[in-house]
Amino acid sequence: MAALINVPSKAKRGDIIEIRTLTSHIMETGFRHTADGKLVPRNIITSFICRYNGAEVFRADLFPAIAANPYLSFFTVAKESGKFEFEWIGDNGYSSTASASITVE
Amino acid sequence: MNVPVTRRNAVLGITAAATSLAAPSILRAQSAGQIVVVGGGFGGAACARALKRADAKLQVTLIEPSKSYISCPFSNEVIAGLREIEAQQFGYDKLAAEGINIVAQAATTIDTHKRGLTTGDGGTFGYDRLVLSPGIDFHLEALPGYDDAASETMPHAWKAGAQTLLLRRQLEAMADGGTVAIAIPANPSRCPPAPYERAGLIAHYLKAKKPRSKVLILDAKDNFSQQRLFEKAWKELYGDMIERVALSQGGRVTSVDPSTKTIITEFGNYTPDVANVIPPQRAGRVAAIAGTADATGWCPIDPTTFESKLVKDIHVIGDACLGGGIPKSASAASAQGKACAGAIVNLLAGRAPETPRLTGVCYNIVAPGYGFSLTGNYQPKDDIFAEVEGGATSPVDAPRELRAREAAEAERWFRIITADCFG
Repeated sequence: MAALINVPSKAKRGDIIEIRTLTSHIMETGFRHTADGKLVPRNIITSFICRYNGAEVFRADLFPAIAANPYLSFFTVAKESGKFEFEWIGDNGYSSTASASITVE
Repeated sequence: MNVPVTRRNAVLGITAAATSLAAPSILRAQSAGQIVVVGGGFGGAACARALKRADAKLQVTLIEPSKSYISCPFSNEVIAGLREIEAQQFGYDKLAAEGINIVAQAATTIDTHKRGLTTGDGGTFGYDRLVLSPGIDFHLEALPGYDDAASETMPHAWKAGAQTLLLRRQLEAMADGGTVAIAIPANPSRCPPAPYERAGLIAHYLKAKKPRSKVLILDAKDNFSQQRLFEKAWKELYGDMIERVALSQGGRVTSVDPSTKTIITEFGNYTPDVANVIPPQRAGRVAAIAGTADATGWCPIDPTTFESKLVKDIHVIGDACLGGGIPKSASAASAQGKACAGAIVNLLAGRAPETPRLTGVCYNIVAPGYGFSLTGNYQPKDDIFAEVEGGATSPVDAPRELRAREAAEAERWFRIITADCFG
């Protein structure tokens, strides 16, 4: 499944808008063992970045205690029409991106 | 005097001497005890009955505003047109005949210090022990846009009765090719597997009458009870008719707009033809009046006696209590009602209450003649109910004969539990 993104399609200049993202990921902690005693290697998303027309507006570091399918919700100010870009980076070279556009009136 | 001095007798003696409430206290002291039960569902009815049967001298009053009880178990079959609502209705005549005082009023105030309760018509009732079995109410602050008016266009059908019939009429009025959405809240909630049973039975109706239609589940949970059994049955019986959007797929409903019949989730809007919105829940209204509900909206209890952890001399049973591992079901409520009655009889006699072992059973019908079940046993552990050994779930791979047998067993279970509580 691709990431789920919720950015308002329209906003007034200066509005505080909520952005929601959810991406499918196992978030394997690296602390669990299989039935035969082998360690299950860690496999998590380590960071998330949101850029608004190229400028970073939100960043989060993620850790093993965060549950599978991380859901992040945050706020920013609608300044101009354009594009939000989202990036998830994780273990084993994991990388995923998504984007959404907004019209600011 | 040959009456043994129990803790209760001694306490009541002091009360009679020391307060202005002398009259009711003397009355209490002369009888074996006054118990008021609020709520006439499976929990309250089972408890009132068990109290009276355990000790005929107890004065047992059951306060319930409705003249008859409409059962939620099997009401999904009414929605799907497989059963009439009359088969869900049970009166209190038999309870009255056993000497239980039935008061068809709503409880309005509870004085937990003087141990008294008033009803809507001004009636007053003193108690030695009060049992609350108020079921659920909807936690409307948790679902903006939803209220009583909204439930007329987007029925919850989560309290059986007019809402059940409204949802059925909406299904009957829908054109072929339509979408029926079922919005499911997170736990704790009343009868956690029931929304999924409903999805199957609605699909059964649609397959027969409106085969191009769909059932869309918008779910605030990722996993649910008996999930593999349900999903296998849906595939087997209904192909792709039932689609489910789980929590991690953006299925959690955050608000509704009844004017446009829109369901709003964290990641999108849906405008189904029929919107069955089951709101988040909390303990029934009376629990808050009594002060027995905590910040969660539910009632913490001592699992051995069901006595509230917040208010003395009040016991809470059924969906309203925080039962730990026990799912909120009719079966659990009635088992709790009986166990609570046993504890009260012991407490009134000054004996130590026994440790209850409760059994809950849950049947799910996915189509006529297709059922499966989950049985669980529960005992107090570390101040809360925990599941103990002896439980069982129907196998995921099983011949149709077993599903047919379990569907027949479900009907038998319903006849037995309703006869036990009301018959």
